[in-house]
Amino acid sequence: MKPALAPSPTTPRFRETPAIARRHRQEVIARRLLGTTLILSLVPLFAILIYLVWQAAPVLSWGFLVESPRDGMRSGGLWPALLGTLYLVGASLAAATPVGVLAAVYLNEYARPGRFSRLVSLAVINLAGVPSIVHALFGLGAFVAFAGFGRSILAASLTLAVMSLPVIIASTTEALKSVPQSFREASWNLGATRWQTTRHIVLPNALPGIFTGIILMVSRTAGETAPVLFTGAVFYKSIAGGDLFAYSLLDQCMALSVHLFTVSTQVPNVSDALPYAIAVVLVATVLGVNALSIALRVYLRSRKNW
Amino acid sequence: MVDNILAISDLTLRYGDQTALNGISFEVPRFEIFSIIGPTQSGKSSLLRILNRTIDFNADARVSGSVLLDGEQVLTTPHVHDLRRKVGMVAPLPVGLPLSIYDNVAFAPRLAGVSKRADLDGLVESCLRQAALWDEVKDRLDQLGTRLSGGQQQRLTIARALSHTPDLLCLDEFSIAIDPVTTMRIEEVLRELKTKLTIILVTNLIQQARRLSDRTLFLWNGSIIEQGTTEAMFSDHPANSLTYDYIRGAFG
Ligand SMILES: Nc1ncnc2c1ncn2[C@@H]1O[C@H](COP(=O)(O)OP(=O)(O)OP(=O)(O)O)[C@@H](O)[C@H]1O
Ligand SMILES: [Mg+2]
Repeated sequence: MKPALAPSPTTPRFRETPAIARRHRQEVIARRLLGTTLILSLVPLFAILIYLVWQAAPVLSWGFLVESPRDGMRSGGLWPALLGTLYLVGASLAAATPVGVLAAVYLNEYARPGRFSRLVSLAVINLAGVPSIVHALFGLGAFVAFAGFGRSILAASLTLAVMSLPVIIASTTEALKSVPQSFREASWNLGATRWQTTRHIVLPNALPGIFTGIILMVSRTAGETAPVLFTGAVFYKSIAGGDLFAYSLLDQCMALSVHLFTVSTQVPNVSDALPYAIAVVLVATVLGVNALSIALRVYLRSRKNW
Repeated sequence: MVDNILAISDLTLRYGDQTALNGISFEVPRFEIFSIIGPTQSGKSSLLRILNRTIDFNADARVSGSVLLDGEQVLTTPHVHDLRRKVGMVAPLPVGLPLSIYDNVAFAPRLAGVSKRADLDGLVESCLRQAALWDEVKDRLDQLGTRLSGGQQQRLTIARALSHTPDLLCLDEFSIAIDPVTTMRIEEVLRELKTKLTIILVTNLIQQARRLSDRTLFLWNGSIIEQGTTEAMFSDHPANSLTYDYIRGAFG
């Protein structure tokens, strides 16, 4: 006699029916498929990075970063362009962040929902779709000519700021919407004003999301070419290599994106590696700033309160 | 002559063209527990939101009539934030603010300008004690309020509502998210608080109204069906047969 029903510890207790087995197979296929697409989408990123660094290797060095260009930009470094880009991004950030964040706070926390605020939101979204060359023209008219800043870092970074305002407003709006309404109501019930509620309850909890918008903006502005070319960037400017305070706000400056364009298209007999090296520095700057913001964001999120 | 803390007359509330409260009038005597019962959508929560003017945040709400709190007209007072401090509000689902337990309770006093640590410490302790939460949290006041259990959070919101020393405490179905034992503890708390302030209790638990309150109001579809002493309302012969049916669970 066989003890047919005695369960051995290794036989599964729960047998799969064919239907469940099919679902399992689908699950496995779905997971593999999704995993593959993830890898596929990472491939271009790494391919671009590796290709760039590979091509740029002969030129890349510390000196390349902190020296000024020589021989009509055929050798030497790119310090003026790197510093110029840092100035442009920094100044546009300083201008756009407070205005964008406060505008979003007003739209979400203060303005009565209705025709007007919907109209403004719509305008903001559409502004984000205006081509950068149009912003360039606007900057030329508004800041260079009308406001009288001339072609300068100030005019260029304000142009960039106008360009990135919609991005910051949109992402801040998202961040504010993600704070549960019940928190606001609890705070109002305690006699808090709108501003006290915003300041103590809403903003602290929306910060990580707000940083996302700023990350986006940095990536975008660092690579822009047309707007800065119209309003304040020059092909060549001689400053002391390695000097962090070489520019003032009313100076014209070099910028990485413009420098890359010039070296690739306007200067004859340039070594093949040079444009790639400039591109590497540009990408590294953007990724570096991104990494910083992401780290800050992760830190803030780890202190998330609910 | 009864000393009324709240006198409401001909109060009407419309959301757009939908009427939520239909010309209701009633008075709430001081230092009593006043229950409001009624089926869903009868306008109970909306009524509470009028009392502390948080109805203002709803753009299409239109209120008319008169609401006198301690003789002052609630509907038109320019001192909205002072009014909200006179009215403690406890929402149906407990909402711990994303702050520490201490800061949750100290939030309102700080807004009102109390900043000395010793004063705040005393206030926080006395509010938490009144809400029967002190013993459970006294060793972890800097922990997040949002991490407490549901029943503890509800008592935290009560402590918070007491932190601005209101004259009127409104509770909106405070027990829907908590267990019977905690509910009983909070009911104890309310009985004690009654000596110091007036309580308006919106509840779906008919028996809770019966156990706790001195007076009961039966609201239905934005109109008052009946109001009176709890004793009379829960007797075998309330004035309105709807009341009898509702209380006996025949509908609603
Ligand atoms: N913000 C709002 N906008 C529009 N209508 C609303 C709003 N809040 C409530 N109402 C309407 O007002 C009426 C009363 O709602 P209210 O929330 O006061 O009822 P309630 O008695 O508290 O119900 P419940 O017992 O379910 O909590 C309902 O018909 C509801 O649809
Ligand atoms: Mg309700």
